[in-house]
Amino acid sequence: MLAGIRTRDLRKVYTSPPPLASGGGFGFGAARGKGKKQPKAEIVALDGISLEVSPGEIFGLLGPNGAGKSTTVGVLTTRVRPTGGQAWIGEHDVWGEQVAVKRLIGVVQQRPNLDFTLTAREILLFHGAYFGVDSKTRGEHAEKLLDRFKLTDRADQMVRGFSGGMMQRLSIARAMMHDPQVLFLDEPSAGLDPQTRLLLWEIIREYNQSGKTILLTTHNMEEADALCQRLAIIDHGKNIALGTPAELKASVPGGYLLRLRFGQHSPEMLQRLQALAGVREVRPNNDHSADVYADRGGSLVGEIANLASGAAVELCDVHISEPSLENLFLHHTGRSLRD
Amino acid sequence: MNWTTFLALLGRDAHVARRNIVPLLLQTFLQPMMFVFVFGRVMVSSGYMPAAYKSLLLPGIMAISMVFTGVWAVAMPLIAEFQFTREIEDRLLAPIEISWLAIEKVIFGTMQALVAGLVVIPMAWLLLRPVEFNLHSPLRFAWVTVLVALFSACGGLALGCSVSQTHIGLMFSMVLTPMIFFGCTYYPWSALAHFPILQKVVLINPLVYASEGLRGTLVPQFPHLPVLAVLIVLTAFDALFLAVGLRQFHAKAVS
Repeated sequence: MLAGIRTRDLRKVYTSPPPLASGGGFGFGAARGKGKKQPKAEIVALDGISLEVSPGEIFGLLGPNGAGKSTTVGVLTTRVRPTGGQAWIGEHDVWGEQVAVKRLIGVVQQRPNLDFTLTAREILLFHGAYFGVDSKTRGEHAEKLLDRFKLTDRADQMVRGFSGGMMQRLSIARAMMHDPQVLFLDEPSAGLDPQTRLLLWEIIREYNQSGKTILLTTHNMEEADALCQRLAIIDHGKNIALGTPAELKASVPGGYLLRLRFGQHSPEMLQRLQALAGVREVRPNNDHSADVYADRGGSLVGEIANLASGAAVELCDVHISEPSLENLFLHHTGRSLRD
Repeated sequence: MNWTTFLALLGRDAHVARRNIVPLLLQTFLQPMMFVFVFGRVMVSSGYMPAAYKSLLLPGIMAISMVFTGVWAVAMPLIAEFQFTREIEDRLLAPIEISWLAIEKVIFGTMQALVAGLVVIPMAWLLLRPVEFNLHSPLRFAWVTVLVALFSACGGLALGCSVSQTHIGLMFSMVLTPMIFFGCTYYPWSALAHFPILQKVVLINPLVYASEGLRGTLVPQFPHLPVLAVLIVLTAFDALFLAVGLRQFHAKAVS
């Protein structure tokens, strides 16, 4: 049975810190303000997220830390109760039919949450047992996964001594142990070395080829580009763009971004910037800075410098970004991923 | 109700308990053994306590042993598993209503508390001979024992889901220790007759009913509260702690 994912107008407002079950990654400190004396701080984590992921699709949620990715995954995996809206896995309402939903899903949360009182193999075997996998299949499947994730030689050791990368691999193996129809991966490659990341991508693609739906969150454009058939960009709990990686990248005019800082610029100067060959869009941020979207990068700098000195404007700083998620994000939100 | 998952969850706890069998045995047996030895043997053989005190003390030690073990067995793993590492997460995602995970913990804790309580009897018999048991109604005794074990495990659930790791020490010094000293464990409730206010106040302490119930069914020759009243109150405490525990568990489990 193939199962997709659907959400309608999901909202989540946290009134008490910390949202542990959402898997973390949610920036609470700054928003909470000064202290305990204040009335309950309300943090809007999701502000009307509607998504539709087809069965058999690899779908990516892209956004900065605290954008609401983990909370979305939390709501879809029965771990975070939404304040409003609805979510479905296949035909099942996540909050009406939790047990049926849990049967369909495998979840890798952002922080490894392995059972420290068990060995790696036992973690897989007990996970299988919780899902009613019979003992023989359980053993075979665990063996296969341990081998696939290169954990066989540590299989019978307690996981307490595992490195971060090993824990992450084991978490992913565990989520696949009961062969779920829908796999959720919250920042799956965080903490993995490049080689293991490639192995993980290969495993994800293979799993998807057997008809399984995969939803992953990432803030790595390369990963999103390499794996996902479609992406949603999320910021401040809102879905701000949706499309294939190619479509999204094409939505950034030109692709290159030049962030310029001036002593003080003038409207005429910005108009002249706009007229330069290859410049697609000029966005002033304030009197001192402007973002230029263009289809070339470094070769524009000389022309911009000439233009500025011609207009007697001091050019203080130039930063060039190649086509990236950062630019895409900036273009859609006017805000840097790192802000 | 999904029995396969429920039994697998129990199996996991049993497996972990088997792995930690030595500390578990020490934790279960060492304390009651020392109690029995010091209060029952040292104090009595040195003549500071009358010989009858050994028999009077036995139900109290049994109650303490059960409550400590039950609370510890449920609360400590829960406190650890709900910490930052969220070790419980995989079980919360198991295909079963999450309340059953809490109930599984309670059942496992109840079993441990039963073992810890029942082992006191042969231990006392070995160390304190002669002890005057008067088990005239084994069924009533069994009933009281199960209710006491259940109350300690449900109490463990409620505490374990309400107390953070930094407050474990406080939980013992502010909750369990006063409970034990004012729990009619070392003396029967009637001994508080000279302190009428205290005698009324301690009635909010569930351990009073545990000790008095065990006293009434194990060594009824000593004064004790009516067993029927004890059964009713213990049932009420079990229900209350289970309800509070499940509520707290849900609050901890789901953001």
